[in-house]
Amino acid sequence: MSLLEIKDLHVNAGEKEILKGIDLKINKGEIHVIMGPNGSGKTTTANAILNNPLYTKLNGNILFEGEDITNLKTDEIARKGIFMSFQLPEEIPGITVTNFLKFAKNKVTGKPVKIFEFRDEIKKHMEELQIKPEYSERSLNVGFSGGEKKKNEILQMLVLNPKLAILDETDSGLDVDSIKTVSKGIEMFKNKDNAVLIITHNTKILHNLKVDYVHVLVNGKIVKTGTQELAQEIENNGYKNYK
Amino acid sequence: MSKTNIEEINRNIYDIKNKDEYDFKIKKGLTKEIINEISNQKNDPDWMREFRLNALEVYNKLELPTWGPDLSELNMDEIATYVRPKSKMTGNWDDVPEDIKNTFDKLGIPDAEKTSLAGVGAQYDSEVVYHSMKNELLQQGVIYLDMETAVREYPDIVKAHFMKCVPVHDHKFVALHGAVWSGGSFVYVPKGVKVDIPLQSYFRLNSPESGQFEHTLIIVDEGASLHFIEGCSAPKYNKVNLHAGCVELYVKDNAYLRYSTIENWSKNMLNLNTKKAIVGKNAKMEWVSGSFGSKISMLYPMSILNGEGAKTEFTGISFAGKGQNLDNGFKVVHNSPNTSSLVNAKSISKNGGKCTYRSQVKIMENAKNSKSSVSCESLMLDDISISDTIPTNEIRTDEVEFSHEAKIGKLSDKTIFYLMSRGLSEEDAKAMIVRGFAHPIAKELPVEYAVEMNNLINLELEGAIG
Repeated sequence: MSLLEIKDLHVNAGEKEILKGIDLKINKGEIHVIMGPNGSGKTTTANAILNNPLYTKLNGNILFEGEDITNLKTDEIARKGIFMSFQLPEEIPGITVTNFLKFAKNKVTGKPVKIFEFRDEIKKHMEELQIKPEYSERSLNVGFSGGEKKKNEILQMLVLNPKLAILDETDSGLDVDSIKTVSKGIEMFKNKDNAVLIITHNTKILHNLKVDYVHVLVNGKIVKTGTQELAQEIENNGYKNYK
Repeated sequence: MSKTNIEEINRNIYDIKNKDEYDFKIKKGLTKEIINEISNQKNDPDWMREFRLNALEVYNKLELPTWGPDLSELNMDEIATYVRPKSKMTGNWDDVPEDIKNTFDKLGIPDAEKTSLAGVGAQYDSEVVYHSMKNELLQQGVIYLDMETAVREYPDIVKAHFMKCVPVHDHKFVALHGAVWSGGSFVYVPKGVKVDIPLQSYFRLNSPESGQFEHTLIIVDEGASLHFIEGCSAPKYNKVNLHAGCVELYVKDNAYLRYSTIENWSKNMLNLNTKKAIVGKNAKMEWVSGSFGSKISMLYPMSILNGEGAKTEFTGISFAGKGQNLDNGFKVVHNSPNTSSLVNAKSISKNGGKCTYRSQVKIMENAKNSKSSVSCESLMLDDISISDTIPTNEIRTDEVEFSHEAKIGKLSDKTIFYLMSRGLSEEDAKAMIVRGFAHPIAKELPVEYAVEMNNLINLELEGAIG
């Protein structure tokens, strides 16, 4: 049984059909990459998996560990073990990073959080991601630079420890060092029991990772699936061969 | 997404109704005879009886304010202005009748007294039933009494200050207050005495179709400091209740006063409260205010910065739900050079509730080098709620720094989706956004009130968001 299986997914954003029949299988232990030009439906795919109410599913199913999650609410999907790193993380004034993580951890696990161990865990991950310690007491994402927001998404991923992490353009707008830090975060997260879906139009983030599958998404359809070499080919030639 | 709506939230402890038992309840209405009877019942000295009767005349001459919420549903013929509980004032909780004590127990007052307060006053309907202060403060010359005792025991100081800061002509409900006032607290902090632990008075209105008109008079003498906390609540009835309290604060030269309030009236209450402070040279007056309950609230605490270098800060939050019209704000008069005022006001409205921030900043000609900075932010939780900002600024000198910033926002679907993707339910997500919005105010409140405010926010949001 696949961890995630998407079958013939058609999705509208407003009146416009964005995804025109997507099929995708992700197994535990795998890293998948979806690449594609702007407007091809990458972000829509991520939002559709999390059932963002701003997108409408016309057809198709999403199974997670064999269970149909197509129409579950976003928070229920999150509690099943799916996490999404946002391209533009939201700012939450008045809620500190630590308090937010504590609350979210409690919600996804359904268990009370042991506060001292938890603080140590956050501290450890923040060091690994080179996030300054004072950020733990700042309001979530408020006044963070683009790079700091992205690192904070990876911090959330490490703390919440989902079964499937979807990283939507986590590398965009990052400098070389930050991209390395994010890759390191993904490496730390990854194990044989979970999986990662990286959505990107840039191959830099892939250089330090062992990717299992690369899917090329063009105009709402996956037009080719390959291995890491496919990413290299796209880096060299762009998407012109797939239009 | 599923939508649930409940119109009446269960306010838990705040809605506990005791039987309407009393020692004496004056007949409804407002006449000279009724005022005389209140005066008899309270054993007023002659000057106070005359004061009341004069205030009644002023009341009869003044018109209802027309610039704010509609007050036409208020019929003074239906309100009993004086209800004496079946209890004598005491300094020992054990002597307070069981049901009244239970109410204050559930509100956490005796507990707070043990752990975090230097003195407590507790009023039930029209009279104070409990008043006590720690011995150390007594020895330092601090006076903390119920207002009636103060009138008897400190006539000179009371006469010199009573309704001098807020004169009865100010507006109709101040005149009403002057005629029927009962209960409240009197505080005097002598020169140079720093009261490190707060004093708290709690006002509970239990009796239906009645009014509460407590009078709070605080004098913080030169170089002294005090933190005073005021709490108010009432259970819900079907008919209108009225609260028209009056708070007069004298902050003398180099003194410091922080006045924190949570008004958590039930939603049948008209809260027409008047609060004013006169601030001396290099003195500082801080207001912290949370306004949650009441059907209509008109509440505009005011600082008059009379002394050179006087400062004031106002930190306030209002939360209006269905059927509530909270018209709150802050007023300041800069009446001396080098004075400063800083305002941080927030409001939250939902389910058709209305919040208005109405403010007045007056900077007089002589107030050179003064500064005033006003920021007000409102958050509407749905499309049917209303938020408004009505500032009046009158600046009569050029040599000032003045800024006014207003922001009105709505809950964003994107933010809710972001939080839900972290496992928070829609309700949790909204509550978190609201808590975060309110946090800068909550952190200024005394701890137990900050907790109360968060609980109130959760109560208000529980299952109540569409």
